[in-house]
Amino acid sequence: MSPDEFLSIAVIIAMITLATGQVLSMIRFVIGPTSSDRILALDTMVINAIGLVIVLGIHQGVKVYFEVALLIAMLGFVSTVALARFILRGDIIE
Amino acid sequence: MSLFFIVALPFLGALLPGVMNAAGRAACAGVTFVVTLMAFVGLLTNLPAVLAGQVVTARIDWMPQLGLNFTLMLDGLGFFFAFLILGIGLLIIAYGRHYLSRNDNMGEFFTYLLLFQGAMVGIVLSDNILLLLVFWELTSLSSFLLIGYWKHLPEGRQGARMALAVTGMGGLAMIGGLMMLGQIAGSYELSVILQNREAIQADPLYTPALLLILLGCFTKSAQFPFHFWLPHAMAAPTPVSAYLHSATMVKAGIFLMARLWPVLSGTPEWFVIVTTAGLVTMVLGAVIALFKHDLKALLAFSTVSHLGLITMLLGTGTAFGVFAAVFHILNHATFKAALFMSAGIVDHEAKTRDIRQLGGLRHLMPVTFVIATIAALSMAGIPLLNGFLSKEMMLEATTKTVLFDIWWLVPALATFGSLMSAAYCFRFIGHTFLGPRRDDYPAQPHDPNPGMWMPPAILVVLVIVIGIAPALAEPFVKLVTNAVLGTAAEVPDKHIKIWHGLIPALYMSIVAIIGGLFVMAVFKPLLRFWESRARPEAKPMFEGFVEGIAVIARFVTHRLHNGAFTRYAMIGFVTIVAAGYHAWVTGTVGDATRAMQQVGPVPIAGWAMLVAATCGLVILHRNRFLALMMIGIVGLMVSVGFVYFSAPDLAMTQFTVEVVTIILLLLALNFLPKGTPIESTPLRRVRDASVAIIGGLATFALAFHYMLRDAVTTPISEFHLANSYKGGGGTNVVNVILVDFRGFDTYGEIIVLGIAALLIYALTETLLDGPVRRKLLNRVPDQPRAGDMHPMMMVVLTRVTMPVVLLVGFYIFLRGHNEPGGGFISGLIVSIAVVMQYMASGFHWASDRLRYPYHGVIGAGVLIAGLTGIGSWFVTKPFLTSDFTYVRIPPFNEFELATAALFDLGVFLAVVGAVMLSLESFSRLARRANVEDSEYPMDIDPSRDDPPDARADAPTGGG
Repeated sequence: MSPDEFLSIAVIIAMITLATGQVLSMIRFVIGPTSSDRILALDTMVINAIGLVIVLGIHQGVKVYFEVALLIAMLGFVSTVALARFILRGDIIE
Repeated sequence: MSLFFIVALPFLGALLPGVMNAAGRAACAGVTFVVTLMAFVGLLTNLPAVLAGQVVTARIDWMPQLGLNFTLMLDGLGFFFAFLILGIGLLIIAYGRHYLSRNDNMGEFFTYLLLFQGAMVGIVLSDNILLLLVFWELTSLSSFLLIGYWKHLPEGRQGARMALAVTGMGGLAMIGGLMMLGQIAGSYELSVILQNREAIQADPLYTPALLLILLGCFTKSAQFPFHFWLPHAMAAPTPVSAYLHSATMVKAGIFLMARLWPVLSGTPEWFVIVTTAGLVTMVLGAVIALFKHDLKALLAFSTVSHLGLITMLLGTGTAFGVFAAVFHILNHATFKAALFMSAGIVDHEAKTRDIRQLGGLRHLMPVTFVIATIAALSMAGIPLLNGFLSKEMMLEATTKTVLFDIWWLVPALATFGSLMSAAYCFRFIGHTFLGPRRDDYPAQPHDPNPGMWMPPAILVVLVIVIGIAPALAEPFVKLVTNAVLGTAAEVPDKHIKIWHGLIPALYMSIVAIIGGLFVMAVFKPLLRFWESRARPEAKPMFEGFVEGIAVIARFVTHRLHNGAFTRYAMIGFVTIVAAGYHAWVTGTVGDATRAMQQVGPVPIAGWAMLVAATCGLVILHRNRFLALMMIGIVGLMVSVGFVYFSAPDLAMTQFTVEVVTIILLLLALNFLPKGTPIESTPLRRVRDASVAIIGGLATFALAFHYMLRDAVTTPISEFHLANSYKGGGGTNVVNVILVDFRGFDTYGEIIVLGIAALLIYALTETLLDGPVRRKLLNRVPDQPRAGDMHPMMMVVLTRVTMPVVLLVGFYIFLRGHNEPGGGFISGLIVSIAVVMQYMASGFHWASDRLRYPYHGVIGAGVLIAGLTGIGSWFVTKPFLTSDFTYVRIPPFNEFELATAALFDLGVFLAVVGAVMLSLESFSRLARRANVEDSEYPMDIDPSRDDPPDARADAPTGGG
């Protein structure tokens, strides 16, 4: 097995794993039962999305994808924090 | 002087009166006078050339592709009107200086007056009919301002609105007419159009063009049935009435008829429409004028009548008619402006214009009496005054005019009109100045200072000079007539004489004057008869008409635009689907040219989640918080989808917009109920659902068909791809489109963005200033509150992240021209970095550290973008032409500098300012009275040594 083949198999496995993670998070989102569960599910989906974008970048060999991943990683937590603050305090900027 | 200066001087000079306002009334009027005088002298310098029969021209290409060029020409006709406009303008300015009271804002008045003057000179000197249209509309607008100058008078405001509505409507019609004329002639230059008489009159578009142009002329010159606005415009200050509504603006329609006379006249359509309208206007105006008690209304209707007379003369289509018309325009301008100014003097001194309260003023105001009497007698057609000469020429012209095959119709009506005209002139003199002196005037009338009576006196001298020695005016009148006739006809070989011998016109004149005296003798019973009859009143009819249109507009608007988004979405979708269905049924669809692509399990999973989240959103949308989280999922999946389809810049934009949206909606949700109640009936929901499903399926069908086929024509993206680097210096096509190809659109968009943000700010400020303020401040949170306000962990995290995020934003901004990124995305990124600080340490803490207000940031952005665009003017390139170059500063590698980056900086600043201003405005609303603002970045800080219970909003008070 050449390294390239190995890489492509690894990428496919990673993708399927991440996609499974997404689907499972989605199921958690649907089940709930509390808002905290749903926010955590959404946050996990964001993290899985970062992984998906990076793996896509490796797969297609495009560097710019990593910057998209960087952006999601850097700012994705902001919406999670905002949602969490909302259920805690109601007012996200006080 | 170049024609450009003559037209430009009043416009440029319009800046001065406002500035000179503080320097006093004399300075203000003086500077206006000097500006007009300069333009007037400039006009006179062109007199020798005009007298020599030349046509002075000036030309600058403006938009040659559209046929719109700044071309001016000065021939006899143009000179004549410009001379009237500027010459009478000088007198009016001198008169207005003394007429306006100390409470009136003189700077404002003279600014409007100069704007009007410039527009008017522009009309008469334009060679290009599109340019003429521009000036034409400008006169409507500036006259609106002038009529409504006394803003405290409702009549003034209503009169101004009516004048604008009527003349504006005519202007619209005229745009169509002149465009047709230009299309027929193949050029918008008058000099070309005037040479194409046969081609234009033979064209099938001649009749519609003629009707539309005449609609414009008739509304402007107050011809029947559009005569009603002019008397209502008399609510204006008298200098305005004298200037606009007797001497200049109302003659604009006549000017245009004269200007286009060579190509439009001579056909049966022209003859019947113009002559009939003129004749009806003349008789109707004269009859109404006789029974008006307001001096200015009397003069207004007499103006209507005289304009009708001139129109009728132009309508005859004979060279002699034009000759008489030109002469009467000159005479009417002299005596009518003098009359208006006299009426203004009476109004000014006696404090009333009601003729029933006047009489006997000859003893108190001898100078005004002489001036007004001479002018009125001239209007009545008394020999040895100029009005007699042109009126007799008019009567002579009518004897040769046969309308509807009745030989006596036109002469009889013209004689009747002259008779009524003489009668109202006699009434004007008799009831104002003659008769016994009264002692119940509202004020003590006396002659005004010379500043007020000199201007009309100068005009009256002209009235007499022309009246006694018409030979002096004859060469000039013939010159103008020649300019009107052009190549269409020869100037008639007749002379203006006081005595023509015993011709029919003389008898008609005699009948008119004696009849006028007779009417005066039986005036009282006539008036009783007149007032006992019901007459149609123009104002209620006009207002009813406007109200009717408003009702229709409101009905349509409320149907289409009822404030519910669902309504707009439904209308939009139904229309698009119907149009698409029509295209599908009537058109043809080619075979698929592309094969379906294979899809792996991962994209399928992503797609399934997207669909699931969307369906969940639809089902659960009544729980607003849950719906918001669903939107988060949809946004995330769409972002990943964009990456999958190789559009990383879209993914970045989508994701940052998503974050900002969630923050914004959460801020709003704080004030809203957490659930959406069911408001519509089940039937309505079924309807909405079916529209939504049909719309969705149609969109799918369209996308499916489109993606399987090649485009029919070359898509514009080919051009963008080919020219992005070559022309714009960037390899990121999206960014080059935004800042270069479509830079002007982007410029407009950032302005809209800024306006939207400022509007949100203004709305919240209004709320906080109003009665809602108390309610907002004492609001009790609708859910229990837990935890601390400003947790340490979040504060530390956001502080650490901030420089990193800013660096990324800076990086993405800089390289945006060549790779995904740019001002918009980096603006969003930086905004999120700042919002994080607001969330972590609170509104108060963050606002304290704000150095530049967000309004300023928006303004700076728009300004930088605009200045970048203007910069290209200095190298004589169109607005927003971008340029780029490569420089090398050791030790760096060679890099690119593009003006587009500056423009992008403007976009960046506008986005940051707009996002932050709207978020800040929302969170400003959420301030509460019983929560103290913390000065510290976080609530629990080990490095602080103040006792914990003194800290703001300790967890105990949270619930």
